[in-house]
Amino acid sequence: MSVAIKVLKHEINDLRRSRWVLGYGLLLLLLTDALLRFGGGGPRAVVSLLNVVLIFVPLVSLILGTMYLYGAREFIELLLAQPVQRGALFLGLYGGLALPLVCAFVVGVGLPFVWSGGGEGEVGGPLAILFLTGILLTLAFTALAFLISLLLEDRAKGLGVAILFWLSATALYDAFLVLVITLFADYPLERPLIGLILLNPIDLGRVLLLLRLDTAALMGYTGAVFERFFGSLVGFAVAGGALLAWTALPLGLGFARFRAKDF
Amino acid sequence: MTESHAQPARALVLPRQVVRVVEVSKRFRRVIALDHVSFGVRAGRVTAVLGPNAAGKSTIIKAMLGLVRPDSGQITIEDAVVNGAPEYRSRLGYMPQAACFPVNLTAREVMTMLQDIRAGSATDLELFDELKLTPELDQPVRTLSGGTRQKLNAAVAFLFRPSLLILDEPTAGLDPVASAVLKRKILRARDENASIVLTSHVLAEVDELAEDIVFLLEGRVAFAGSVLELKRSTGQERLQSAVERLMMGRAS
Repeated sequence: MSVAIKVLKHEINDLRRSRWVLGYGLLLLLLTDALLRFGGGGPRAVVSLLNVVLIFVPLVSLILGTMYLYGAREFIELLLAQPVQRGALFLGLYGGLALPLVCAFVVGVGLPFVWSGGGEGEVGGPLAILFLTGILLTLAFTALAFLISLLLEDRAKGLGVAILFWLSATALYDAFLVLVITLFADYPLERPLIGLILLNPIDLGRVLLLLRLDTAALMGYTGAVFERFFGSLVGFAVAGGALLAWTALPLGLGFARFRAKDF
Repeated sequence: MTESHAQPARALVLPRQVVRVVEVSKRFRRVIALDHVSFGVRAGRVTAVLGPNAAGKSTIIKAMLGLVRPDSGQITIEDAVVNGAPEYRSRLGYMPQAACFPVNLTAREVMTMLQDIRAGSATDLELFDELKLTPELDQPVRTLSGGTRQKLNAAVAFLFRPSLLILDEPTAGLDPVASAVLKRKILRARDENASIVLTSHVLAEVDELAEDIVFLLEGRVAFAGSVLELKRSTGQERLQSAVERLMMGRAS
């Protein structure tokens, strides 16, 4: 385990100076600041910010994650020639990227709230969920990026699959949900829909936050069912657990693949 | 994984072998990279692994390092079986074909990282001196030229005074001066009793450095033995012609 922490330490040292990670944090900072200044402040700013987070965070995590692992391939070979366990090296590499990305997100989105004082009062609760969602999405999509680049040898193919996955989770999945809703409009769909939303981490983040903003009433009967489910402690725990599973599952598969793989 | 009767008779093997490759096979999808490969690497000598492209050179080297897992057969390094347990690698130095260090770290930080991971201290800084790397140590790797990175790559392999060095095309990408420095270093390490396995496309260089040859052809061992034996058995005086003869003899 100590090897994992050593690798982690040095990889963080590398990535905290990475232009990509710094640029990502800066971009989030500018976007958040602009939204707070011109977006009307309060809950509305949080909703606009949510859309940025839901689209931007997974995309950046996926692309930086795949690029990072493909780029580090030769160095990984050198590290594997040292007396280290493969599993420890994998965890060190993952943490070495995921933690700087989480930091860039927290600082980039957090600082403007601190200096504008926009995070107080009624916004506090939704803001906490926004941060939680952003952090969990970073962890999940970095893990997915690692899994993709370990499964596909070809860099271009890996990057393509990563972008395709992002496109599916942000846009195509919603289209699929609408299709399901229209096709089965005559049936009680609330429970299956809850199940389907648990399958998409991005939708999950969206629903969690919208419910927290008391806009659930606008979503009609379905919204009420969601609120009853996700608004309860059990629902919240299930949703959080599902997001965590989106990290644990790809990470576990990536771990197994990394240990068995030929480099 | 391996059957015990595949082990060679140990008592007869002299001089000592640091690496024993026994009946190792590896297949990548439809391509057979290694087909029942067996040979030994003798201690305190320079062994060159040669062969045309796609003969399995990289695969066998990566298998020794534990980077590639053989489908069958066994490799032992100083009597430790290469099976995933990483301890044996603390006696090992590896120079990959192309160095790819984390670009935002300085060379010194890369050294610290390896030192940290190996839980050992870097004791052999000779090459840093001789390759004039010392002034570059505090530059981020990003700003170093390809040649300088390759020098760093070479110097890092020797850093921990390994008893077994595995060098993949060590002089590729080095200027003639640096490459001469590295060759002298290789011979010096051998004189200090390290064993060296290297691959190279430059046969003149192999002739200069290597005492033993393992020649791979289409995933099989076509020849394993000393350079002298190779020259004698092919009736050639130059390594170049001996190797050509070896390739033709196999092809016909």
